[in-house]
Amino acid sequence: MSLITTLARLEAIRAGRAQPAATVRHRHLAERPLVVVPLTTAGEAGAPLGALVGCDRDAPRLLVVPQPRDRDLRSAFLAELADVVLPYVESFADDVELVEGKEADPETGRQVKVERELCADAPQLIVPSRAGVEFLRLLGRSTRFRRTADQDPETAYPAPPRVPLLGRWLTHFGERARVPGSSLLLAMTDLLSRHWATGQSSLEDQHLGALLAWIDPPVEEGLTGAEAALRAELGRDPEGQLLCPPAGPATDPAFDNRLLAPAIERYDRARSALAAAEDGVAADALLAHLSEAEREIGELVRSRTLPTWENVWRGLDLLRALPEASRVPDRWTGDRWSFTAHRDRVASGEPPQPRIDDAVTAAQKLARREREQAKLDAQEALDDPLVLAARRLTGEAFVGEVVEVAMTYTETKRPSPRPLVTVRTEDRPHLGEKAKVFRSLEGKPQTARFVAAEEEDGGAGGAGEVSAEGPLLVVLRIVDRMGRGKEPALGSVPEKGDRLCFTLFEHEPRGGPKLPDPENTPWTHGGPPSDPAPLPAADPVTEEDLL
Amino acid sequence: MSHAHPALSVADARLPRVSEYLSGPRPGRGGPGPEPNQSPGPGGDRVGQGEAPYGDAPALRQRLAELRGPGVQAKPLDARALAALAANPGCERRAILDGAGVDKTALASALGAPAPFGQSQFAFTRGHAFEARVKGDGGAELLRLVRERLDPSAPEPPPGGARLPDLAATGPQGRAGRTALALREAAAAAEAEGAWTLLDHPMLALEVAGTPAFLEPDAVVVHPDGTWTVVEIKSFPMLDGSADAAKVGAAARQAAVYVLALEDVAARLDPPPRVRHRILLVCPKDFSNLPTASAVDVRKQRAVTARQLGRLTRVEEIAAGLAPGACFSPELPADLLAETVESVRAEYTPECLATCELAFHCRARARAEGTVTVLGRSARAELGELAAVEAVLAAAHGEAGDAADPAVAALRRAARLREEALACR
Repeated sequence: MSLITTLARLEAIRAGRAQPAATVRHRHLAERPLVVVPLTTAGEAGAPLGALVGCDRDAPRLLVVPQPRDRDLRSAFLAELADVVLPYVESFADDVELVEGKEADPETGRQVKVERELCADAPQLIVPSRAGVEFLRLLGRSTRFRRTADQDPETAYPAPPRVPLLGRWLTHFGERARVPGSSLLLAMTDLLSRHWATGQSSLEDQHLGALLAWIDPPVEEGLTGAEAALRAELGRDPEGQLLCPPAGPATDPAFDNRLLAPAIERYDRARSALAAAEDGVAADALLAHLSEAEREIGELVRSRTLPTWENVWRGLDLLRALPEASRVPDRWTGDRWSFTAHRDRVASGEPPQPRIDDAVTAAQKLARREREQAKLDAQEALDDPLVLAARRLTGEAFVGEVVEVAMTYTETKRPSPRPLVTVRTEDRPHLGEKAKVFRSLEGKPQTARFVAAEEEDGGAGGAGEVSAEGPLLVVLRIVDRMGRGKEPALGSVPEKGDRLCFTLFEHEPRGGPKLPDPENTPWTHGGPPSDPAPLPAADPVTEEDLL
Repeated sequence: MSHAHPALSVADARLPRVSEYLSGPRPGRGGPGPEPNQSPGPGGDRVGQGEAPYGDAPALRQRLAELRGPGVQAKPLDARALAALAANPGCERRAILDGAGVDKTALASALGAPAPFGQSQFAFTRGHAFEARVKGDGGAELLRLVRERLDPSAPEPPPGGARLPDLAATGPQGRAGRTALALREAAAAAEAEGAWTLLDHPMLALEVAGTPAFLEPDAVVVHPDGTWTVVEIKSFPMLDGSADAAKVGAAARQAAVYVLALEDVAARLDPPPRVRHRILLVCPKDFSNLPTASAVDVRKQRAVTARQLGRLTRVEEIAAGLAPGACFSPELPADLLAETVESVRAEYTPECLATCELAFHCRARARAEGTVTVLGRSARAELGELAAVEAVLAAAHGEAGDAADPAVAALRRAARLREEALACR
């Protein structure tokens, strides 16, 4: 946590409400995101209890598993979820634009121009919390290897037709969520805590209700952020249930033990009574009991998810009020590419994502995440003065006024311009000898090299060794983006009086060296993968899964 | 093998305590002392089984009973609580409350800040069913996993032929004594016939900050070569061979406490058996409830826990610092209780919220006092001497503080940069 964030959090404590941690919105928000508020059963991996899903704030769809241990009911839930998620995802698949790109020709090895399809927009899933992201990943893992009756007529518990496909998409969303700055699958708590600093620790910020209480305290009730957050965390009704149910997917034990468990027991009883019914008349009455018990569980699930559903949408309102940062569309294009690529993999009949990545894929994923993290850090700082302020404080950037420009030229046959620019700054950049610094010129980075620095009031400052507080005069030599001629292109050299921002970090950080293709995996990393991987087997199911 | 931890004792014997080794005014503060098991301290002759663990300190026992309140049963410390205690060794409040066996859940409710912990009965049922399954059939599956993951060269246990000693006894001390005896017999059986022994829910004792804690590992296995392994059975899944890192870490810390307690039992046998530092973590495989297992190296957790437990301020000292007649009984009026609780120094950090029943009370106090630790340890680290919210803000806005102090100077620069950035919105 940077000192500026700590300061913002302290000011939030004093003010009784959250303080801005960003001046613009750093994540893409879709016009029509799909909000998913899932609940899970305690003690079991990937056993959904229910969910509220939908794109329409006023009409969420409630999905419930009345007996979470029952495999058939779970399958039915997943089928319903697929019926909501897949049409939404697929609605983005057909609207494409053609983008020109270059590709190595497989025969000649030469770079040739190709046209590639890029989906004009991509789906966006929003869950309440980071645990929700993990839960969707888990659902993806548990369903993508399932077999439908078509794929494998022998399977004991065939999956409903579209469920394995749902698993592949959820896996893709979950995987993409690990790429810094991506927006295909977002957690509301992450979004909000990126843009606001509350008066509590980042650990407590994981509670969506408390986080919103700090950001948007119910002033009309005369509560401060801290008081409202406390109520959201701990407040209980006379029956001992939390006023603000946890955003899930885990439920409150008090809810499980006092409300849910008795309701599930009633359901189980109604079901076994129905199974034991002797004739049609009796069965009719017992069926009514069963649907009553089922409805009751549905209402319980709704009562625990609806407040969170409302909170997610409230969070979206708050975020939409912030202007979008200028480099967000660029990152969203990356998400669109990611979506398009997976659409193509699914269409071409590729097998589901493997359980464990091979060495090259894993290395590529990590390298990409590192690259995207560096890019995100740079872009957020360039987009947002408040983020930049943190970098200025740590000496990774400085802002100042140009006080002098002197033209010099290279001593080559065709002299090129190398203007010396003196910038007066109050910041304390950590400039090493000949350090490269960058400024943004018409959206592109222009490079300069550090020449010298001195205190304005006389004291000479060596490279990076200036410690006093007064303004600093930094001399920089601009080295590129001035055109080809002897005289620099118009507007490419700063002028006296300009206020500029230079960063010590690259604006468009590049990744490391290219990794080999999987066929050329070195022996140190297990060598090339053996045959084209066979279709991974489905998870074995055992009778005992049903407790 | 050497013992790095200073303050261990088992219920059926008495070992010298930290203070008997360490010189200096604050025993237990200076890190691990010399070998604890070499020289029994003054009067440290070993006492027979069944004897009360602090037979030498009836005064302390009396004092702790007074702290709990009349007629209140002591709540035993478990490994989870110990691991949490070791994570925050500076917290005297937690040390005395746990040491005295105060029911912190009841105390927190009496203070008006009830702990939000609880266990869902679904998780409970599933966890029990899984453990029963793992240990079923005379522990055959469990021993197979132990052999496969930790000791593949050992002979296979004959079908249904592992020794399963009966560990039933009355009271934790009796059970601990029974366990020590069973371990001794298992060592003999291993030497004589290379037998495998499975101890189901043994009871171990560990002296923590001067009071004994009774610990109940899920299982301990004695290998044919006479070494001991701690088995930890958890109900979170191992998915494609990997499990939630945070949960594995918590399990490893918990197991490390068991390893420490076992080493103490081992040290009193001749020759002392080796306690393996790789424990077996058993979890459900993928989405099923079939067991799968992985060896977890707990050397680091063991070393850290031993060091942290050694650093715990002795309960006796904290108790001595309390006002005479101080009592934590939940029957008392809240304001009186709050006063007593406040008289013991706490070391609140947000991490406490997940592990300590009293955390919400401590947090409310920390907030009321305006300390910066409510934001977490990292916030505290960069603020130097400044510990209060108002002091930091005053320093940042130039109303107080010495500009020559680097922390103050950094704060002022931060405040100026932040204002400048917000102004250009």
